Amino acid sequence: MSKNKVTQGLLLTLVLMLVLAGCGGGKNNNATNAANGGNTPATDATANEQKVTINMMHLWPAGVSAQQNKLVNQIIDQYQTDHPNVTIKEEVLDNEQYKNKLKVLSASNELPDVGITWAAGFMEPYVKGGLFAPIDDIKDGTLLKDKFVAGTTEAYAIDGKTYALPIELNISPIYYNKAIFEKYNLQAPTTYTEFKEVVKTLSENGIAPIALGNKDRWTGSLWYMYLADRIAGNDTLKNAIAGSGSFDDPGLVQAATEIETLVDMNGFNKGFNGLSNDEGKAEFMNEKAGMYLMGTWELPNFTTNPDIPQEFKDKVGFFKFPTVENGKGNIDSWVGGPGVGLFVAESSKVKEEAKAFVEYFVSKWGEDSVTTAGVIPATKVDTTKTELPQLYVDLLNELSKASSITLFADVQMKPSAAQVHLDMIQALFGKAVTPEQFATKHKEAIEKGN
Amino acid sequence: MEKVMSNKLVIALYVLPSLLLIMGIIYMPIVLTGYYGLNEWNGIGEMTFIGLENYKHLIQDSTFWSSAFHSFELALFSGISLIGYLLIALVLSGKIKGANLLRKIYLVPMLLSSVAIAQLWMKIYHPTNGVLNSLLMSLGVDNPPAWLAEPSIVLLALFVPIIWQYAGFYILIYYAALKNIPESLMEAARIDGANPWQIATRIKLPLMSEVIKVTIVLSVVGSLKYFDLIYVMTDGGPNGASEVMASYMYHKAFRSFDFGYGSAIGFFLLLVCLVATYLIRKATASKETIQYS
Repeated sequence: MSKNKVTQGLLLTLVLMLVLAGCGGGKNNNATNAANGGNTPATDATANEQKVTINMMHLWPAGVSAQQNKLVNQIIDQYQTDHPNVTIKEEVLDNEQYKNKLKVLSASNELPDVGITWAAGFMEPYVKGGLFAPIDDIKDGTLLKDKFVAGTTEAYAIDGKTYALPIELNISPIYYNKAIFEKYNLQAPTTYTEFKEVVKTLSENGIAPIALGNKDRWTGSLWYMYLADRIAGNDTLKNAIAGSGSFDDPGLVQAATEIETLVDMNGFNKGFNGLSNDEGKAEFMNEKAGMYLMGTWELPNFTTNPDIPQEFKDKVGFFKFPTVENGKGNIDSWVGGPGVGLFVAESSKVKEEAKAFVEYFVSKWGEDSVTTAGVIPATKVDTTKTELPQLYVDLLNELSKASSITLFADVQMKPSAAQVHLDMIQALFGKAVTPEQFATKHKEAIEKGN
Repeated sequence: MEKVMSNKLVIALYVLPSLLLIMGIIYMPIVLTGYYGLNEWNGIGEMTFIGLENYKHLIQDSTFWSSAFHSFELALFSGISLIGYLLIALVLSGKIKGANLLRKIYLVPMLLSSVAIAQLWMKIYHPTNGVLNSLLMSLGVDNPPAWLAEPSIVLLALFVPIIWQYAGFYILIYYAALKNIPESLMEAARIDGANPWQIATRIKLPLMSEVIKVTIVLSVVGSLKYFDLIYVMTDGGPNGASEVMASYMYHKAFRSFDFGYGSAIGFFLLLVCLVATYLIRKATASKETIQYS
């Protein structure tokens, strides 16, 4: 009996607390609204003295992107010290969650003041919907004028206005484990035939040749893009995506066929279609797989990240995606491009402060990302000043030699076509569609527009 | 107190907060979803009214129907698993040793958040170093399946953790219902020579039939709109082999920026759930409530 009474009492308390919490919440909101209306508008000329909070959302959790996370915090700390009236509030999500949350927030027009976006097709709906603020003024501002590598900011411009500033410039090499290659007497391949030979040897020896987490799907897209580039030449895929060419192109169909061949050869780690990119990467990091195709944003894990044993880092080398015999592609053409950039929300109440912060962030990132994070910024790098890891220097040299850099297919496309592309990639790798169906579905999606 | 409560105005005043909440949080969004479903809308820009165009598309959308089929499979599966829960609850309510501890053990998964459960099972299902495949390999299976990557088995592999996740909840409900049956009835039956099986089927089950009906509705409707574990573990993949209605809606709205179509799916899902509830209530309706005391 007494137990019953206690339960009842507890329940009652809980209910009352909920009611109170509900009422309390309302009051608080009113209070802050009043305060906002009353005296904070940050856009005021007197804003200098006002306390300002800038909300920033980014995608470098300390767990999987330790170095970037460290760098972001370093920049924010520095900025807050320099501007005591400014508080930067961070919200951190991992890549896929980030993309989802951005869409949810934009549907209710509640974007953070500063956030991360991808270029081109990805950002188009946001720009068309008036959610991002044009930030040409800070692009040409004192800190950033003439600092960007040529061609990087263009990917973030729509109708002549720039809506985000890139902080990364990436190319995607194939990283490989030198120790594993040595053990089986393998050389880094330069032609596709040699590459297949490597795949065959590793597979026969019970090592997964290629680490891939294709649940995220853009990971598999990299393989298709490279094969398309090497077989059909640099512009064919680009034109097919733009609608001026076609996915029926025999070269593109052959690229899809080659994917099937690689799958048939057991080229990828087991269960790749059910693993996320991080899980796929783990296969490479645990030395269970020999190769891993990924953007240079992974470099910190192979160079500067102190949590990864030096012994492993020393084993990592890279090679360029091999050329295909009789293909139209060129070994110095890369898949990559400006990675992520920073935007300022149009609806932000602290737009000016946010812009100033972005300007500072991008320029500071450019100076420190090389040494602290080991990623390649979109701003020009002065390599003479600092001691850099060899892997990094080599890739930087490759970047300057690049004959062309093709932007990731899912970023080039508009969202709905991009989803079809990604779904088709997973289906192709899972052998649920033939290369011909793969081409047809793409064609339909591109023709549909958005 | 009685005087106050007889005043209609006061009653209205007390009802108002929750009425407003439920209107604002549940009914308004439903109406809005219905409206969005009649539009073409990318979630950000202008809406264009297109009438029933989205629903026409929906009816012809084979991906939607295969995801609906997956949802119904899940509903069937969880419906059947209720029998298992019932058996466990019957055993637990008997006087067996450690019933108390076991009850708590069954309840544990319910206390974990869905994402934690998903992460846990992803580790279990990992194709090369997961617990399950390591076990299978040590038992001599050469090539154990990659559970979450093979279209033919991915659904079953997902159903197991889903069933596991909700086991505690239903067992608890059944257990409470069983504990509510007066001991005197069972005693009388025992004196009349009824065996445990007869007690279970003739006394306990009829007396908890209302509860069973409720759990059937809960599990079927819950399955039809199920989302969490599937979203985290496979994201509907590979190639839509584990796509269910709710995840398809999510993908359409938030990945492809087709909020109009997504809303249409959402609204349709609501209708499906309503119809399912109605049918189940109808099928399980009984003329009289059973009372033994």
